[in-house]
Amino acid sequence: MNEGLRTHSGGRIDRSQPLRFSFDGRSYTGFAGDTLASALLANGVHLLGRSFKYHRPRGLLGAGVEEPNALVTVRRDAARITPNLRATQVELYEGLDACSQNRWPSLAFDLGAVNDLLAPFIPAGFYYKTFMWPRSAWHRLYEPRIRASAGLGRSPTLADPDHYAPRHAHCDVLVVGAGPAGLAAAQAAATAGARVVLCDEQNEPGGSLLADDPRHAPLVDGQPGPSWQAGMLASLAAHPRVTVLARATAYAFFPHNLLGINQRLTDHLARPRKDTPRERQWLVRAREVVLATGAIERPLVFPGNDRPGVMLAGAARTLLNRYGVLPGTRAVLVTADDSAYEAAIELQRAGVFVAAIADTRAISDPPPGVAGANATQLWMHAAQRAGIPVLTHATVTGTTGRRRVNSVTLARHSGLAGSSVTHPCDLVLMSGGFTPSVHLYSQSRSKLTWSESQQAFLPGAPAERVRCAGACRGVADLAAAASDGAAAGAAAAQAALDPARIGVQPRAPATPPPPVLPPHANHAAHAATPQAGGFIGALPRAGTARGRAFVDWQNDVTVKDLALAMREGFRSIEHIKRYTTTGMATDQGKTSNLNALAVVARAQGRAIPEVGFTTFRMPYTPVSFGSFAGPARGALFDPVRTTPMHDWAAAQGAVFEDVGLWKRARYFPLDGEDMHAAVARECKAVRAGCGLFDASTLGKIEVVGRDAVEFMNRLYVNNWSSLAAGRCRYGILLRDDGYVYDDGVVARMAPDVFHVTTTTGGAPRVLALMEDYLQTEWPQLSVWLTSTTEQWAVIAVQGPKAREVLAPLVDMDLGAAVLPHMSAVTGSICGVPMRLFRVSFTGELGFEVNVPADYGPAVLQAIHASGQPHGITAYGTETMHVLRAEKGYVIVGQDTDGTVTPDDAGLSWAIGKNKPDFVGKRSLSRAALVAPHRRQLVGLRTRDPAVVLEEGAQVMERAGARPPTRPLGHVTSSYHSAVLGHPIALALVAGGRDRMGKTLYVAGARGDVEVEVTGTVFYDPTGARLNG
Amino acid sequence: MADGSLQPILARTPVRIEASRLLRTLRPLRRWTLRGGPAVADAIQAAFGVAAPRTACRSAVNEDGSRAALWLGPDEWLLLAEDDGAQPGDPEAALRQVLAALPHSLVDVSHRQVALEVSGSDSALLLNSGGCPLDLDPEAFPVGMCTRTVLAKAEIILWRTQPGTFHVEVWRSFAAYVSAWLAEATRGLTE
Repeated sequence: MNEGLRTHSGGRIDRSQPLRFSFDGRSYTGFAGDTLASALLANGVHLLGRSFKYHRPRGLLGAGVEEPNALVTVRRDAARITPNLRATQVELYEGLDACSQNRWPSLAFDLGAVNDLLAPFIPAGFYYKTFMWPRSAWHRLYEPRIRASAGLGRSPTLADPDHYAPRHAHCDVLVVGAGPAGLAAAQAAATAGARVVLCDEQNEPGGSLLADDPRHAPLVDGQPGPSWQAGMLASLAAHPRVTVLARATAYAFFPHNLLGINQRLTDHLARPRKDTPRERQWLVRAREVVLATGAIERPLVFPGNDRPGVMLAGAARTLLNRYGVLPGTRAVLVTADDSAYEAAIELQRAGVFVAAIADTRAISDPPPGVAGANATQLWMHAAQRAGIPVLTHATVTGTTGRRRVNSVTLARHSGLAGSSVTHPCDLVLMSGGFTPSVHLYSQSRSKLTWSESQQAFLPGAPAERVRCAGACRGVADLAAAASDGAAAGAAAAQAALDPARIGVQPRAPATPPPPVLPPHANHAAHAATPQAGGFIGALPRAGTARGRAFVDWQNDVTVKDLALAMREGFRSIEHIKRYTTTGMATDQGKTSNLNALAVVARAQGRAIPEVGFTTFRMPYTPVSFGSFAGPARGALFDPVRTTPMHDWAAAQGAVFEDVGLWKRARYFPLDGEDMHAAVARECKAVRAGCGLFDASTLGKIEVVGRDAVEFMNRLYVNNWSSLAAGRCRYGILLRDDGYVYDDGVVARMAPDVFHVTTTTGGAPRVLALMEDYLQTEWPQLSVWLTSTTEQWAVIAVQGPKAREVLAPLVDMDLGAAVLPHMSAVTGSICGVPMRLFRVSFTGELGFEVNVPADYGPAVLQAIHASGQPHGITAYGTETMHVLRAEKGYVIVGQDTDGTVTPDDAGLSWAIGKNKPDFVGKRSLSRAALVAPHRRQLVGLRTRDPAVVLEEGAQVMERAGARPPTRPLGHVTSSYHSAVLGHPIALALVAGGRDRMGKTLYVAGARGDVEVEVTGTVFYDPTGARLNG
Repeated sequence: MADGSLQPILARTPVRIEASRLLRTLRPLRRWTLRGGPAVADAIQAAFGVAAPRTACRSAVNEDGSRAALWLGPDEWLLLAEDDGAQPGDPEAALRQVLAALPHSLVDVSHRQVALEVSGSDSALLLNSGGCPLDLDPEAFPVGMCTRTVLAKAEIILWRTQPGTFHVEVWRSFAAYVSAWLAEATRGLTE
């Protein structure tokens, strides 16, 4: 550490705790309480980064969240690499390993800096114009090169080993920002009895108070700042219903007073505990929100304003007072605001030589004596008394210095007498005034209004239950901000705790205008009426002088770039922003937006509110992906739903497939079998003997009530009145547009009880559709719906031997005379209550055994044991698909695609012809839905029995047709049928049923395949096996 | 055909749950979804030992705590009963009897879902850290309150049975996900 660059005492650092750290491989020492930025400056390191586009050397501009230049990568190990961190917010810890970005081979010697020399040839938008030809080179050559050279940090390539925790919280009053206004607001709200959350992005609460010199701190509520702050914190700690979150950035204002807060829990620790989450993502729902987000100092725009050593005056105060670091040895201040005078006096007191203060304002000489002088005149007086020359009506015409500023040239505004003066210096401090941080307020869709007197956008009418306090609404004076915060906190608590408050409430009253600033007791200048301060836009002569005047440091946008955009015809600020990329860097223009607006407004001769402002978008600062993902990764990314019999299937060696969130057994390979062989074996076993299938994932809905049959008649196409209790029917559900939405077997268990099954994937949406109609269209029907999908384990027993397998286990007669195809009965199996359906999705004699889910595994094993003499074989979804395709049974979503009517699918037989209405009925008579050449479901047989068609392949009228040929349709299902010994396929083909026996062609990987159009039923067309 | 060869009632195979510091599985319960007008709420008192509450998101429990009725909607309740054989008579048969004359739907959902219990001084914090977005402050969610809500991507029914104890009902296929999520959320809960 360079001892000369530290103050002898003071600051919020712990000088008894030195910490070693490294930057770009070199070792340094700092203190606990330092940031990486303050520690580097204390070591004399001012060159902290290279700019985005021109690779210009850059140092610190700010000292906090606004910092655009000093972006660094912090590395803990190979997987824990975090790029693009602001060095001003990286807390120092023992062993911190950081490196600079966007430079090669080194920060001091960066080959990319050649861009700086090429700057005249790469103005704003150059990449839109220059890299147009040849077209293909953009993706292969230009874009990757530009991306590599105009880079920020690099993403880690390994998986993130840390864990991230989400947390939902609720409160009466959420206060964002723990500066003077925020502390006072939280304290007032807590005193009023409110449940309070106070969050602040810094490592300790205090906000602007942290940058004050405690020995000369201004008074708040009659106390010096530090003791007032300590009192507030003690008071908040004593309230059990107050939560104070440090290192917690409110990054988003979501609708309905939901705020996203990103809290960093371990990034500041040398050795984080293993179980501590790295970050906690808070989602806080607040009845009332108080935004006390402060203000950000604005840079001045003059030529050469981006050299290392040119920084904000407030940043220098923070470095000096909070971190005990002297940011330079010889300083010149350029200001349009009184606050820089305080910085100058403090720096001089600390031993920095202050060569001059250049004030851009025309300041008249103070009246004799102090009485009657305004604040600016008093500040000027104080500076002069300290021996600091003050140049008024001043501007800057340039700076010099390669890796650090070494001189600044000051001049009077054009037209004024006096030649320019060049001051040697290693520090240029600037202050263009303060821009209120209205980001979150604007994110809430609340209005911003332009204040001519304050030259700032201030909070206007709120759109949520939100109010602002302190500097973020233009109340900058310390004591005034604190009392403003207290008032806002009390008002928010009162509104939140209003006993009359139920449900949706009227909006909070509009924020009252800022009060007249009360006097400050500490300092004569603080006490005087402040002058309109601040400057927006480019300083006079900035455009004409040599050297570039930067507006946006992080994206390298200059005044000339903005002028160029306007010359090229861009007028809207939104277009100019996108063309020049001003304000579009990771800092989202925190220091640049207002200056850019003013440059544009002046050039266009318009007022700033006419130009408008660009949208404030979330997040306020970048938030890690891990924080958003939280635990939802790997095994916890999505629920994995398994059936009650999953473990049994797994033990049988099943290969599973994902069906929605479900894991379903796809096939059960024996030793050495591939899927093809396993499926062939399973298919033959079902057709020859008996198969066992887990159908538990099918959706099930219990429709119960006096009007159940009426409800079913209105919803499904079928006629349910004619279905007797104890019988099943295949049901089809349409959307109101007449297209097939879902299907499934429906069993009438009793006159007023229907057991409806749906497709696996359709279960939630069918229930939602039913509830929708029931609640909004037919609320008078006496019927209720209950999902029973997971109540029942469903075991399908299919095949000619199915009856013999089940008979020994059940308490009923399974004979065809008693229990014909499509019967439904209640009974028991192995003593367990059962609903037994005689149904088949295979074309064989079949039963579906429904038992309460916990009994599923035991019943399944009992059936499996009982089936051993009959060669019972477990089969999976793949075999199920083949067997049903052999019978021409459709799968909704595979053979239909949301544009298929019942008739298209060959299912018009299911429609209850005499019903007055059902969902979709009227649509079915639309001309387009009865047109003769609609695509209809047909079977296809390849002439070459060795060729299995590809699902999704186009069906053509002629061989060899090339685009733009209109296909007749496409293959929806295609399998090799082991039982039939040849491939089978289903397809949707235009006018398909009129093409029976015709030859068509299906596009294939090895050319067009000749196929014959057939019916959809390939196996047992008479249904003899089904009814056996 | 029933021929005397019926095996005895088979064992239940309950859902496997990953228990963690604040989480355990409750015994299997009997459950019914009861739907109907206000009349059914009172009618079940005689058969079930407790009337279904008419107040939104509130529960009613019988004296020995073996039966409960949870309000889930203006016409929907979840009935819970201990399944330990201590209660004489079949509650379902008794319920069907007293409800026979009223329009209603009573559906057995005993096996559809499982009960988990989150208990301990950090139980509310755990739920809020495990993907449950509700305000679980005792004033906002007092003992006896119940509601359908979500826990991460799973739907649950949340019922506060004691100041530090929540009864969670979750569909069986989501139980493993919910318990794993809560186990993960237990890590670093109070840091």
